[in-house]
Formats: sequence, structure tokens, C-alpha cells
Amino acid sequence: MQQQVPSISQTTEAKTSFWHDPDRLAVFYQALALAVVILVGYYLFTNTLTNLERQNIATGFGFFGKEAAFEIGESLISYSAADTYARALLAGVLNTLKVAVIGVILTVVLGTIVGIARLSSNWLVSRTAAVYTEVLQDIPVLLQLFFWYAVFYEILPSPRQAVNPFPGVFLSNRGMVVGVPEAHPVHIWMLTAFVAGCIVVWMLRRWARKRQEETGRIFPVFRTSVAVLPALPALAWVIGGAPTAMDVPELRGFNFVGGINFSPEFAALLLGLVLYTAAFVAEIVRAGIQSVSHGQTEAAMSLGLRPGKVLQLVILPQALRVIVPPLTSQMLNLTKNSSLAVAIGYPDFVSVANTTINQTGQAIEGIAMIMAVYLFFSLTTSAFMNWYNKKVKLVER
Amino acid sequence: MTVYSTTPAYPEIKPPVTSIGLIGWIRANLFNSWFNSILTLLVLAGLCKIVPPFVKWAFIDSLWTSSSAECHASGGACWSIITANIRFILFGFYPPSEQWRPLAAIILLVVMLLVTRNRAWWHRSLLWAWAAALLVMWVLMRGGFPGLPTVESTQWGGLPLTLVLAIFGLTAAYPLGVILALGRQSRMPAIKALCIIYIELIRGVPLISLLFMSSIIFPLFLPEGVTVNKIIRAQAAIILFTAAYIAEVVRGGLQAVPKGQFEAADSLGLNYFQTMRLVVLPQALKIVIPPTVSILISAFKDTSLVVIIALYDILKTTQATLSNPKWMGFSTEAYIFLAVIYFVSCFFMSNWSRRLEKDLSI
Repeated sequence: MQQQVPSISQTTEAKTSFWHDPDRLAVFYQALALAVVILVGYYLFTNTLTNLERQNIATGFGFFGKEAAFEIGESLISYSAADTYARALLAGVLNTLKVAVIGVILTVVLGTIVGIARLSSNWLVSRTAAVYTEVLQDIPVLLQLFFWYAVFYEILPSPRQAVNPFPGVFLSNRGMVVGVPEAHPVHIWMLTAFVAGCIVVWMLRRWARKRQEETGRIFPVFRTSVAVLPALPALAWVIGGAPTAMDVPELRGFNFVGGINFSPEFAALLLGLVLYTAAFVAEIVRAGIQSVSHGQTEAAMSLGLRPGKVLQLVILPQALRVIVPPLTSQMLNLTKNSSLAVAIGYPDFVSVANTTINQTGQAIEGIAMIMAVYLFFSLTTSAFMNWYNKKVKLVER
Repeated sequence: MTVYSTTPAYPEIKPPVTSIGLIGWIRANLFNSWFNSILTLLVLAGLCKIVPPFVKWAFIDSLWTSSSAECHASGGACWSIITANIRFILFGFYPPSEQWRPLAAIILLVVMLLVTRNRAWWHRSLLWAWAAALLVMWVLMRGGFPGLPTVESTQWGGLPLTLVLAIFGLTAAYPLGVILALGRQSRMPAIKALCIIYIELIRGVPLISLLFMSSIIFPLFLPEGVTVNKIIRAQAAIILFTAAYIAEVVRGGLQAVPKGQFEAADSLGLNYFQTMRLVVLPQALKIVIPPTVSILISAFKDTSLVVIIALYDILKTTQATLSNPKWMGFSTEAYIFLAVIYFVSCFFMSNWSRRLEKDLSI
């Protein structure tokens, strides 16, 4: 007689209860999480709708087209109180971008200098850099902004007794004025020549690399570029008649005329953000350089590379791998921290949006816009830096 | 017979003065190349321009306990603004008769921090001690329980508020951050997506937009008649913000745990929760102690942003003092005082974290 043997699938199915089957549990957990999120969202949404209705607050972005009726201290586009909210907000976005772009450039420059200085063999230089990074990292950025703002308004004198640290730069309680070359049509041509120079250098690099791969002969691309880039604009300048007129700030009455004027708010914001973030960048640069082991330098030198080439071909490519990802987040931090401008009265996007919220009462739209704008900045910056990071990162297997 | 002379053939030559002692040190560290010499001179010139005038202003010409009128007359630093207003700057609107309570709470906190600093004390009982200490601090601040008069949190301000926001912010954000990190590493697509969206959304916006949200929009979310205290709302924003950053740090720790550890746990037949609780998390969290301390430091500094939604933390109480016409014009002194408080606290924490990193790396 054959004995009845239960099939294997039957036994396992009978043994594994629902609570011990990871696959089915996973589905259950996910459904539960989604349900909770949706229910909470729905609950908050209905509450908000009833509250808005009760307080008679309109919803939607209809207020964009209305007259803003508030002044903005400074803006890159022409703006007056008679313009719409949409234009006011655009002016705010551009002001934020202005601080962010100038700030990021200055921060990277200053941070790199301080980071390298901290590794200097000169005791005084490395100590000074260390004190700078330690102190500025440990003081809240908002406090630093308030401090610089107070420096401009309380310590610096009126324009009549303006401090003149460098020729052509004046610091007073009206802000910072910097002398610039007077506008001249030749400047456009100089810019064109510079762009042309960039294209020439790029093509030269491609050609030189190709030739090196084919014949092994090295073309001094770097030195040629250093020569070509300033030479072309200088040539355009000479051909254009070499205009030397400078637009130097001049004290007339109670304020300066001429030059580029930075308001105390902008100057304090820029100073605070750059000094604070540069301390973090300095630490990142130092860590990046230290991460390349000394053996790499020695190996490169023993191959007969010259110090410049060692830096360019061996150390920098490896250090950048360590530096780029945290540097990206510091750039984003600077951009996000620029929103603190609202505390010292620089009309950045948050400040304009805040005024808009106070005037229209449309808080949800206002804050949603603030978040959307910063998310956009963050995501585009990190997308760009991720692309760059992918280019420089180590390819293994 | 050979006579050995006791006097050496050559006189003992001392090392040249230029390579030992102070001169040698200066030559080796400050003037070892023409480039370094120029740098040294430049930095020295800069320091000479800044340091002596600052010392003269801050210490030699300064006033410490004068009235504001005397301060306005003198050219030096007016530290009197601090000494005259220290009570308000440190404790805000807390009733003056009860101010020993926040003081006691702060002292308790400092004692706990000093105890925690010593790794010999790291036992499970320390966790319980922390829980008890936090509870005692809460009771001290809030009152109402053992015969202490109740002080509503709306009256809290100054340093205790800064510390409460930072400490409760981190204690609550830590478990949330760990859960988010586990969710982000999870194999369940829906949960993974939710966690990624949360982390990236929060990390992509500035903290002040969350604080605005807590102060302006959050009341709209609640049903009619329900209100939540402003401090608790700000606290919630800080917790949600910090959790996203902790999640990323913990994720780094989770990625650093070797795959073999997961496989070993699997082969022992441990389920997901057992694997995480007994094998993976203890290793991952230990790896990330130093970066967690830097998050604690930035959370502590970030509490100052509540100024923007008009909570009276230590920065806001200082500003309130400065807006008093009597003490107007001494912002530099007041801000330097605050900077010293923040610097000392953060420097203590980061130094400790650095030492810990060294200890744990063995």
C-alpha cells in the first residue's frame, strides 16, 4: 500500500502563518504606513480647509497679480511699490541668488586659503588659521549676522569720516562703496574676447590631449592658457583706445556718489555668511588634502614629476574626491542660511515672502513658495555637484 | 706606559645658537624660507593692527559695573551692560523670586554632562540617570508638583530655553532619525520612498521656513478650539529638522557595518528586528558617535533661530536689553558676551567628540 504523503508545498503553507512570512508582512507594513500618512494628511487638510473658511482667507495664487504696495530696499530689477506681488517676489529671489552666488565664490576662495594655511609649516600662519576656524565654527551664524550688522550701524562712522582700508574702498554706516572702471563700450568687447579665449583654451586642451595620446608629446596647455586668457581682453582693451577712467566714489553732500554701493544689510549678510561658512570649508579642504597619503607624493616625485605636476596629476584629483561631496552641502548651507537675511532686513526672498504673508494673510501659499524655491536651489545644486562628483570619483572594478 | 689624556683632543662644540632654543625655534617655524618669512611679517603686521587696540578697548579702557551714562562718556568697552542685565539675559521673564530653579536645572545639566564625559561611567544606569535628570529639570522649570509655584512655559526664556530646545530637540530627534535611517535602507519600496521624500524635503529647506510653518501654519492644521503652546510648536519644528540630519548620519553608520554581519545574523535565524537591535544598530551607532556630536552642536547653535519667530531665547533676551534706550549702542559688547557663551559650550563638545573619536578608533 502506498502511504499518502502530503506534498512539500502543502506543509510549508500550513506551517508559515501570516506573521512569519516576511513577504506578506512587508506588504502589510507598507499598506499600513501609506494608510497612516494618507489619513493624517487628509485630517490636516480638512481641518485647514474649515479653518480657512472660518477665517475667510482666500486660497490660491490670485494675489500674484495684485499691487504689492511695499518698498524693497534694493533689487536687481526695477521695482516700485506699484508693481505686483509676483514682481516683488521675483526681486526677492534675485536678491537671494545675488547673495548666494557671490557668497559661494568668496567662501570657496577664503575657505581654500584658510584650509591650506592651517597646514602651513609656518607656525604663526597655521595657528592663526586654526583660531579662525575654531572660533567662527562655534558661534551661531545668526549671532554673527547681528554682530556685523551692529558693526555697520554702530561702529562705522558716517560717510564724511568713512574708513578707507584700501584705495577705492570706503566703509561707512551707509554700507560699502567700491570704485570700478567707468562703463565704456570697449568692456563689452573685452568680455567677448575673454569668452573667445575660453573657447580657444578648450579647443587647445582637446587638441593637446589627442596629440599626446597619439604621439606622446606634451603641449604646455596650462602655461598657454594663463597667457591667452588675459592677453585677448588686454588686446581688445588696447585696440579700443585703452580707456583708464575709473568711477571712484566721491563724497558729495552726505553720501558717496559713483562706484558700486553695497548696502549695510547686504554687506553684513555677505560678511557673516562667508566668514562662517569658510570656516567649515577650510576644515573640509584640510581633511581632503590630508587624506592623500604622503607616499603618493613620494611615489610621484620618484617617477620624476615636478612639484606642480605632482599637485595637478596626483594630489588634487584624489583630494577632490574627498572634498567635493561635503563642499556641496556647505554651498547649500550657505544658500539656505541666506534666508536669515529676514532678521537683519536685507530683502531676500524669505523677507519679501514674509511681508507678502503679513499683508495678504495667505500663509500656506507663502510658506509653500519659500520651501519650493529653496528645494529647487538645493536639488539643482546637488544634481550638478553629483554629476561633477561622478566625474571625479574613483572607478573601482 | 701609555698615558691616556683625560682632556679630549677637540674641545666640546656646542650646537650653534641659531638652531636651538628660542632663536632656533623661530628660524625653524617662522622664517624657514623667504616665502614663510614674508607671510610671518604680513600676519604679524595684521595682528599688531588688530590685537593691541582690541585689548585696550576690551580690558584697559573698559567699564564693568558703571551706569550707562558713564559708559557713554568713556571710549572703552562697556561690560556693564552685561553685569547690569545679567538676570534678564540669562533667565528672561522667569519670575525673579523663582530664578534659583532654572539655575539649579542648568547646574544639574552641567553635572550630568561632566559625568557623561567620562567614558568609565557609560553603563545602562547612566541612561536612567539622564531620564531622571531630564524629569527633575522639567519639574524644576515647570513647578506645580512638590509645592513649587507653576511657571508656564510662556514665561521661560534666556539660557534655559536655549538648552531645553537643544536637549529635548536632540533626545526626541534621535530615535526618529534612527527609524528614518532604517526606513531608508529598507527593502520595502513604499516605506523607503516615504523616508527618502521626508529626509530630502526637510534637508532641502532652511530651518526658518519650518519655524515659520510651526508658528503660522500649524495652528491652521488643528481642529477648532485646540491650541498648542508656541514653544512646543517650535520644539516640534526643531525635532523634525534635526531628525532628518540624524537619519543621514545613521545611514552612514549602517552602510559601514560589513555585510557579513547581516548574513551572520540571518544564518542564526534572527528576524529583522532582532538583527537590527542586537547586531547592526549597536555597531552602527557606535561608529557615528562623533558626527552625532557635531549634529548636537549645530542643533544647539540653531536654537538661536527661534529669535525670528519671537521666542525669548538667550539671543532674543540680549536684543531686548539692547533695545532699552539706556543701553542702546553697546551691541558689540553684548554680542561678544553671547559669542563667548556659545563658543565655550560648542568648543567643549567638539573637543570631547574629537577625543572620543580617537578613543573609539582603536
